[in-house]
Amino acid sequence: MSDNKSILVVGGGMSGITAAVEAAEIGCDVYLVEKNPTLGGRVAQNNQYFPKLCPPSCGLEINFRRIKDNPRIHYFTLAEVESIAGQEGAYEVKIKVNPRYVNENCTACGDCAKACSTEIPNEINYGMDTIKGAYLPFSFAFPSRYVISPQIIGTPDAQKCKDACKYNAVDLDMKPEIVDLKVGAIVWATGWQPFDAGKVEYYGFGKHKNVINNVMMERIASVNGPTKGKIVRPSDGKEIASIAFVQCAGSRDENFLPFCSSVCCLASLKHSRYVREQYPDAHIYIFYIDIRALGKFEDFYTEVAKDQKVSFIKGKVAEITEDPATGALTVTAEDQLSGKLSKETVDMVVLATGMVPATAQTKIPADVSYEENGFVLWDQKKRGIYGAGCVRKPMDVAAAVQDATAATLKAIQSTVRR
Amino acid sequence: MDKKIGVYICKGCEIGESLKIEALEKIAVSQYKASVCKSHETLCGKEGLALIKQDISEGVNAVVIAACSQRVKTEVFQFGPDVLLNRVNLREQVAWCHKPNDEDTQMLAEDTMRMGIVRIQKMDYVVPYQLEGMVKNILVVGGGLTGMTAALETSRTGYDVILVERENTLGGWVKKQTKLCPTQSPYEAIEDSGMIEALMREIDQASNVKVYTSATIEKISGAPGLFDVTIKQNGNSVSERAGAVINAAGAVPYDAGKLGHLGYGTSKNIVTREQLEELAAGGKINKPSDGKTAESVVFILCAGSRDKNHLPYCSSICCMESLKQAKYIRTQNPEAKVYIIYKDMRTPGLYENFYKAVQQDDGIFFTKGEVTAVNGNDAAVTVEVKNTLLGENIKIEADLVVLATGMVPATALGEAIKIVVEDEKDKKENQPPAPTDIIIRSNILNLDYRQGPELPPLKYGFPDSHFVCFPYETRRTGIYAAGAVRSPIDLASTMEDAAGAALKAIQCVEMASRGEAVHPRAGDRSYPDFFMQRCTQCKRCTEECPFGTINEDEKCNPLPNLSRCRRCGICMGSCPERIISFKDYSVDMIGSMIKNIEVPEDYEEKPRILILACENDAYPAIDMAGMNRLTYTPYARIIPLRCVGSTNMVWIADALSKGIDGVLLLACKHGDDYQCHMVKGSELASYRMGKIKETLDRLKLESDRIRFELVAHSDFNKIPNIIDSFMETIDKVGPNPYKGM
Repeated sequence: MSDNKSILVVGGGMSGITAAVEAAEIGCDVYLVEKNPTLGGRVAQNNQYFPKLCPPSCGLEINFRRIKDNPRIHYFTLAEVESIAGQEGAYEVKIKVNPRYVNENCTACGDCAKACSTEIPNEINYGMDTIKGAYLPFSFAFPSRYVISPQIIGTPDAQKCKDACKYNAVDLDMKPEIVDLKVGAIVWATGWQPFDAGKVEYYGFGKHKNVINNVMMERIASVNGPTKGKIVRPSDGKEIASIAFVQCAGSRDENFLPFCSSVCCLASLKHSRYVREQYPDAHIYIFYIDIRALGKFEDFYTEVAKDQKVSFIKGKVAEITEDPATGALTVTAEDQLSGKLSKETVDMVVLATGMVPATAQTKIPADVSYEENGFVLWDQKKRGIYGAGCVRKPMDVAAAVQDATAATLKAIQSTVRR
Repeated sequence: MDKKIGVYICKGCEIGESLKIEALEKIAVSQYKASVCKSHETLCGKEGLALIKQDISEGVNAVVIAACSQRVKTEVFQFGPDVLLNRVNLREQVAWCHKPNDEDTQMLAEDTMRMGIVRIQKMDYVVPYQLEGMVKNILVVGGGLTGMTAALETSRTGYDVILVERENTLGGWVKKQTKLCPTQSPYEAIEDSGMIEALMREIDQASNVKVYTSATIEKISGAPGLFDVTIKQNGNSVSERAGAVINAAGAVPYDAGKLGHLGYGTSKNIVTREQLEELAAGGKINKPSDGKTAESVVFILCAGSRDKNHLPYCSSICCMESLKQAKYIRTQNPEAKVYIIYKDMRTPGLYENFYKAVQQDDGIFFTKGEVTAVNGNDAAVTVEVKNTLLGENIKIEADLVVLATGMVPATALGEAIKIVVEDEKDKKENQPPAPTDIIIRSNILNLDYRQGPELPPLKYGFPDSHFVCFPYETRRTGIYAAGAVRSPIDLASTMEDAAGAALKAIQCVEMASRGEAVHPRAGDRSYPDFFMQRCTQCKRCTEECPFGTINEDEKCNPLPNLSRCRRCGICMGSCPERIISFKDYSVDMIGSMIKNIEVPEDYEEKPRILILACENDAYPAIDMAGMNRLTYTPYARIIPLRCVGSTNMVWIADALSKGIDGVLLLACKHGDDYQCHMVKGSELASYRMGKIKETLDRLKLESDRIRFELVAHSDFNKIPNIIDSFMETIDKVGPNPYKGM
């Protein structure tokens, strides 16, 4: 089935999906490999995109339809690349497909989840709540098929799931499988991880309950998130009267991430809109070094800046302390515009944590060049494997789609060159 | 081909437990004369599928699957191009959200079946169009960095290119730069311009790139695969045919003549970014007034950008370019002092490395602040800055002041024209005009299109995509904007953007060659057919197509260009004579579905409302309401539409004359932050419904019977309230007087 004209895309987030559909619509056979149970990646966890404040699931719906309708796209979920051999134009790739414990008979009726009593931490919500051990990650998940967590395999609950299924879709004996593919080129789009804000000890992430990071904020604001979209304090579920956004939490900092993560300014501006929609009177503080709203994004910044109750404070936050009695947080920074120390006590703090390329941790099992932070380089001397999206540099969604489209063309060139 | 319809009803996923399946079968067989009707416990399972496939092998060529939503099990229920297929949603929109074994739920299921079978009865087999004389080469307009990159990327993929450049040499703006901002890791140092020369050399050597310099586009007519291009070069006209087009016309610096408030024009020593580049090209950067060494140089960033009186947007590259130019000055004169006055330093991503490297230079001083005055003459210039860090106001004596002027896309330059002329009849009746586009005559593409000669701009003259997920979406099929015409953009991103646009152009010709639509209905092989005998030359279709598909002849007859078409059906919605239809989507089809809803004469117990829902957003939201087991009135009948903009007014009339009590349209957001993937579909539907409401008032039918609601894909939790509150309104308005007539 696969051959040297086909393309392997690794990572089923926005960049990977884009690469797959763009190549397939030209006429290439594409193999799309995603490690999670569903496609969609990090954007599927976002509430809205800036600057339009539109839901990511809308574009995913179109892209999922493009995948469903296109017989040239073959996708694997719960799958990882084990090894890559060969060179540009002729790669041999081993894909390991991990067991889902649910086969293609699944109708997504949900009976297994009803039967399952074990709750496991919900990774989609960054562990802020729990989910059944048998679950459909999202209502709009693609593929629309349940998954049974390895955490309940071997427990009586797993058997209950199996017994509850009318369609013989639960297979508790599923084993990892190896799939061998021949492809001519590879697009690597494994995305990014949020910087571990716990490393910045003086911000108290992981210690102070009401200090969260920006990706958690997306889930909290989402209707299908842990609070059904209501922005409340994690410590006690109370409504908030004030909130602070701490920009460059780890980014632009020699001790952590020396680079700028490109999207965090706009993400926090967007979060301030989420807050304003729910709390017309809340005080919003944005601590920043530079507000980086490039191009037409400037309009979005201008709009937020009109809000009288959004205060922009130029200064890097030095410390966040918690009042253990109330859970309130005090954010301390030097206000560079006044030269004075700024201390604001707020109900909640959102750390604008940056992007760490997935390739900083998990390298591509082939000869590929990286820059010092682990971002993949398009190396002229090493053609055939192309990074796409946030493994190449920090970027927003539209830029990732552009970048993936460009990487796809390069991949196609690698299949026609020989 | 004779249609042999097979209807297959699934009893799985609670459908069998909530509905009387025999009654549904009876409808298929007795009422609609389906050749075959079968039910199965699990239609999507091996056995169920075998059942269907067996019937297909015995002659069934039109299959109705009454089971789950059309959005799931898509890969399973596929029977090839020779079998018509329609899905009837008995699961997410019936069994999962309504009371089981209830009369109203059963009636809903039966109407859903009726509509589903009628739909397939009205469907025909799609035979894709074939373009005669089609070509697959790509025309690139503009020979700067974007255009050269797009041309080479296309060429390297094996497609021929025609590259047209206005000036007498390739290279554009970037060729005028002495050195370049870093374009590659580690992004720390200025690069020489060797990259540009390498590109020019490669183009020169590429056998499949045909270059026209000192040339402009006189006219482009036709459609993807068939663009006829007239190129004007040295007074001669040359004809070429191209498959798709990339607009890479680039940007020009903002007019410094408008920057008098920053002292421009008062001293020779106040120059723009471009002028400084010219000075650098000449060797030593000295004071233009007297040729002496500049010891103190001030860079004023955002000169005309991020300024509501000039360019409201950020020009994206000026921070980086100014850092580069600061290094020019420091490199040639280590004694010089450079002051950079900024609002925010915008060096995103890995460009931070360059900012950090420049900050290491102790002769470069960064000051955040607002420039309040630039005073001086050729002898001396003073720059006054307020609100600096630490709150001070400062004055700097400068030998040279550099204004970091922003960029204006070439597409923003020219007269702005309105494409749709207000309808005289509308004016008389005091109706608002149809929503219309503004086109800027920038003299780049000179399209011979009914809807104007250039790409419709989005904002500030950039013909950019409005979609975060689809940055290459374009309002003119097969014509892609790339580089600085799309948005203010840096060099590295320009090259990526050009490669991406090249892919989209290649993809468009490949899809056109297969008779397929491009995004968002990618792969759709249906196309609109115009029954010209009944055309009244009203021009609505030619004016309202969001993608400029349809041209007009002198008599205002529509001239469709099939490979420009996106298959949204908005023309079908616009046509008062209902002459436009697709083989698998037509006014008659949806109208017949509506007419086949059984409307009980007794309103008190059984009112009926019709919901026309966008199939990409509202329909999935309704599905997800069902998946989350949210409930709402069982009196609603739901029809998914390609785009709510394809709604023909006659459907509203069909529904009301049938006795249906109200019609609810669920569409995507329109306006500035529109989410409609057909760009104007939702807006046009809203406009048309505004008009029909007045007609209803005249007919003594309450206008409250029609409601237009905006629904996003994520709004599943709002669905019950939206539908139920409309039902409440209809309850207040009372029964449709036409009921039972």
